[in-house]
Amino acid sequence: MTRIGILIVLAAACGRTSKADGLAAWSDVYAVLVSPRCLDCHTATSFPEQGDDRHRHFAHVTRGPDGRGVPGFTCAGCHQEGNSDSTGVPGAHGWHLAPLAMRWQDEAGTAMASGDVCRAITDRSKNAGLDGDGLVKHHETEPLVLWAWSPGVRPDGTARSVPPMTHDAFVRATRRWVAAGTPCP
Amino acid sequence: MRPFRAAGGMSRRSFLRTSTAAAGGLLVALYLEPSGRAGGPGAPPDAFVRIAPDGSVVIVVNRIEVGQGIHTALPMILADELDADWSAVTAELAPVADVYKDPMLGMQMVGGSTSTADSFTQYRELGAKTRAMLVTTAATRWGVGPGRCRTEKSVVYGPGGRSATYGELAADAARQPVPDRVPLKSPSEFRLIGTGVRRLDGRAKCNGSQKFGLDLALPGMKTALIARPPVFGGKVRSFDARSARAIDGVKDIFEVPLVSGRGVAVVADGFWPAKVARDRLALDWDVTGVEHADTDALRAAYKDKAKRTATVALALGDATAIDNPTIVAEYEFPFLAHAPMEPLNAVVRFDGDRAEAWIGSMAGTADQAAIAQVLGLPPAKVTCHIEFAGGGFGRRGPLDCHLVREAAAIAKQLPGTPVKLVWTREDDIKGGYYRPMFVHRVQIAAGPDGKPSAWKHVIVGQSFMKDTGLPFEPYLVKDGVDSLVVEGTVNNPYAIPNIHVSTDQTKVNVPVLSWRSIGYTHNTFVVETMIDELAARAKIDPIAYRLGLFKPDAKRFISSMKLLRDNTAWRTSLGAGHGFGVACGMYNGTAIACAVDVSIEDGRPRIHRATAALDCGLAVNPLTIEAQVHSGFVFGLTQIVAGGAITIKDGIVQQRNLDSFAPPYMAETPVAIDVHIVPSGEAPTGMGETPVPVISPAVVNALAAVTGKRYRTLPLVKL
Amino acid sequence: MKTYQLRVNGEAKSATVDPSTPLLWVLREGLALTGTKYGCGIGACGACTVHLDGVATRSCLVPVALVGDRAITTIEGIGKDAVGAAVQGAWVETDVVQCGYCQSGQIMTAVALLKSNRDPSDAEVEQSMGGNLCRCGTYVRIRAAVRAAARSR
Repeated sequence: MTRIGILIVLAAACGRTSKADGLAAWSDVYAVLVSPRCLDCHTATSFPEQGDDRHRHFAHVTRGPDGRGVPGFTCAGCHQEGNSDSTGVPGAHGWHLAPLAMRWQDEAGTAMASGDVCRAITDRSKNAGLDGDGLVKHHETEPLVLWAWSPGVRPDGTARSVPPMTHDAFVRATRRWVAAGTPCP
Repeated sequence: MRPFRAAGGMSRRSFLRTSTAAAGGLLVALYLEPSGRAGGPGAPPDAFVRIAPDGSVVIVVNRIEVGQGIHTALPMILADELDADWSAVTAELAPVADVYKDPMLGMQMVGGSTSTADSFTQYRELGAKTRAMLVTTAATRWGVGPGRCRTEKSVVYGPGGRSATYGELAADAARQPVPDRVPLKSPSEFRLIGTGVRRLDGRAKCNGSQKFGLDLALPGMKTALIARPPVFGGKVRSFDARSARAIDGVKDIFEVPLVSGRGVAVVADGFWPAKVARDRLALDWDVTGVEHADTDALRAAYKDKAKRTATVALALGDATAIDNPTIVAEYEFPFLAHAPMEPLNAVVRFDGDRAEAWIGSMAGTADQAAIAQVLGLPPAKVTCHIEFAGGGFGRRGPLDCHLVREAAAIAKQLPGTPVKLVWTREDDIKGGYYRPMFVHRVQIAAGPDGKPSAWKHVIVGQSFMKDTGLPFEPYLVKDGVDSLVVEGTVNNPYAIPNIHVSTDQTKVNVPVLSWRSIGYTHNTFVVETMIDELAARAKIDPIAYRLGLFKPDAKRFISSMKLLRDNTAWRTSLGAGHGFGVACGMYNGTAIACAVDVSIEDGRPRIHRATAALDCGLAVNPLTIEAQVHSGFVFGLTQIVAGGAITIKDGIVQQRNLDSFAPPYMAETPVAIDVHIVPSGEAPTGMGETPVPVISPAVVNALAAVTGKRYRTLPLVKL
Repeated sequence: MKTYQLRVNGEAKSATVDPSTPLLWVLREGLALTGTKYGCGIGACGACTVHLDGVATRSCLVPVALVGDRAITTIEGIGKDAVGAAVQGAWVETDVVQCGYCQSGQIMTAVALLKSNRDPSDAEVEQSMGGNLCRCGTYVRIRAAVRAAARSR
């Protein structure tokens, strides 16, 4: 075993997360990031998506210069501080699109591969300078992220789907991945 | 609606009588004889012109204003002959009454692009006769012959510098006999007609003060929504309203008959409690015994039927079998919702021996009769006010009068209470009365000169007129063929020696309606894209090809196409990736030719420019005519935008609102439109329907120039 | 049912309604301000557009409980604003309207655009106005009227 290999085994034995654990944790994180509630706003285009089938948002809603829509037709003009269940409109504080640097799909709407998303969100020149702790905080406290787990009901009264694990599990997986040094597949 | 000339039109002779208006001044009314009614206060509403002592002129319009601009055009026409000061003119919409019937069609209605055409002379005569009486009044007062007077801007001028305003003369004019005949102006004397007069209702529609039917609030009024069966013709078997009744403001919930099937009415203090309560109803529907239409199954069945000759609509020469067709083409058109901006609504109050209604109706006479029938009253006991409506397109004149029947049925349960029935947007999108689905199969043989020598055309789809037993039916359905299904093919403008058109008019459990331009919406698409293909094959320019193929008597097609040719110099400087496309059509006498500049952006057609050239006879108001071109083009583009289709699976409409049936938004419509009108002194023909059918074929013809592909299945989902 | 204190076009108003009631219906039926229109109820058409603290908002989507103390401006009040008056004037001058049902929403959206951007490009006009539906097809004249309103200021 190499010197480095001994160090890795020792690190694991001390409770630090292994790369394999980190990658496993990442695959949980990735599953959430490419679920519809997240992908609908992490688009590569000049418009958001909506729905579990991620169709183009109706009424020619447009990204605008900073992802908040355009004058007269802003995201916050319809999406209020909280969900409007009586009218079927989702809402959370500061509703807007993720910047194009944080797109997790291509222009045709196909989700990016796991490694590509991982590299994108760990690129500090693209992710608003977030380090590992910053990523955990973002996943744990950002209102638009939290919204994904209480996304309200649609105009027809049916509940919107939530990501494929609880928010707690998502945050724990993020922590494990960060503890492993944010490895990417 | 296609126009026709009903025998008799107005069955009684009409004449004008003057009287003193309630507030003083002159009331010019049209009376029918025999008339047991005296004029004056309390007389039935039948006035057309009121001139008050202060000179203000109110002109009553015998048509609903749905956006087409008739609320301005007919007053312009009357005010011109009257020589009224236009700044003192306002207009009102007439309630339903015999005197307001269309003089040619015998019913109070709009449709078939007939409003200006049919009332042009009528309103001119009203204006001219009113003017004549004012002149006679002044002349008598001055002791001069009427021929020595002239009029201008609501003033009569006499010899020796005398003058009197219409307002001053009005009261005395009320005592004048009405002249039998008066000369009308020659066109060179028009002051308003032929000019771009801005709409009388413009300002009110910009400051929120214009009321539409949906805006009405009457004392004690309740709002009703109807829970409708998920399959057309279904009936409610049972329902549980306990949760619904718990909503504050809910007044009553009961079963209500529909034209087809049975639903449940929820009556509440306002729209929102009615909607929430309706959503809480637990409903058990019986959808047995009715056809469950399915658009996939219909498409397959229609394609099969299109391979067979059905009921013959036209057999000219011999095109029953074409041995070596140059082109064989199959076309598919979906169901389309009208989706006017203002959701359907009607207010009815039933008072036992009489009733009152407020309706945004395109078919006032028919709707009044329908309300009366439901309430068990004679029509004369049903006072119907006509309201401004947010778009008609044919949807506000359904032949079965279903909307007002439903409203009356609910009002009947609540005597003395005005009931406003509202169709939500979901009700509208899911509720039927669509432009029908169609499949066409065309076979064309072209001669060595590139012109079509034989054309065989089969059209498969529903007729909304055939076998209805309605008064218009005998005029429209002949020898088993509904002319509304085949219009655009049997009356195409091209010199084709052998044509065979047949149609299989299917019966499907989906209510269908006109969608503004009716048969032309699909037939003109087919004809104009086929003609374009023939031109391309022959390597002849699309404008030149059409001009070389028009029948010599297709005068307005020729005039409008030449005007188009002369106004499309821009086609020589199209950008890279841009295509030029042309189409033409006619509706009830008005012909239009259209050219577009189209490229593809983000996988969708981008229409940079549309040029329209049209021949509508005398252009009463060029500003309105231009607006109608804008309107028809945008409406017509519903056919090709991706959201432009209603689909049905096992009887259930799959779309629910304007997100899933998405009409054209700004970016999907021409950035610029220029309109050119052939100068003409002929009697004016209409504009409401003419532009709709030509825009979509022009666009796909342009796309063909860009991509080399032909698009025969609508809407355009993939380019 | 709850009573809400609202500031509408500079006036204090109150309405007693269910908290779930969209602002649109509070305006139209509670306060008899029918200039704001119901076109779809799901925010797809823009006919219900009002301003909340100057932000163009589709009032069919906002339950009255979420309005808070934001100032509400409707088509009935926008004429008191210089930009509002300019837009309405341009709309009349350009003879934009046909049936007119969508135009309250169009005007409110145009005012929000011009208050934020004094001289929008054609592309900017299309992006901002492009989510308001018009079935009568007044789009070409809307483009022209927005440009005319911008130039008039």
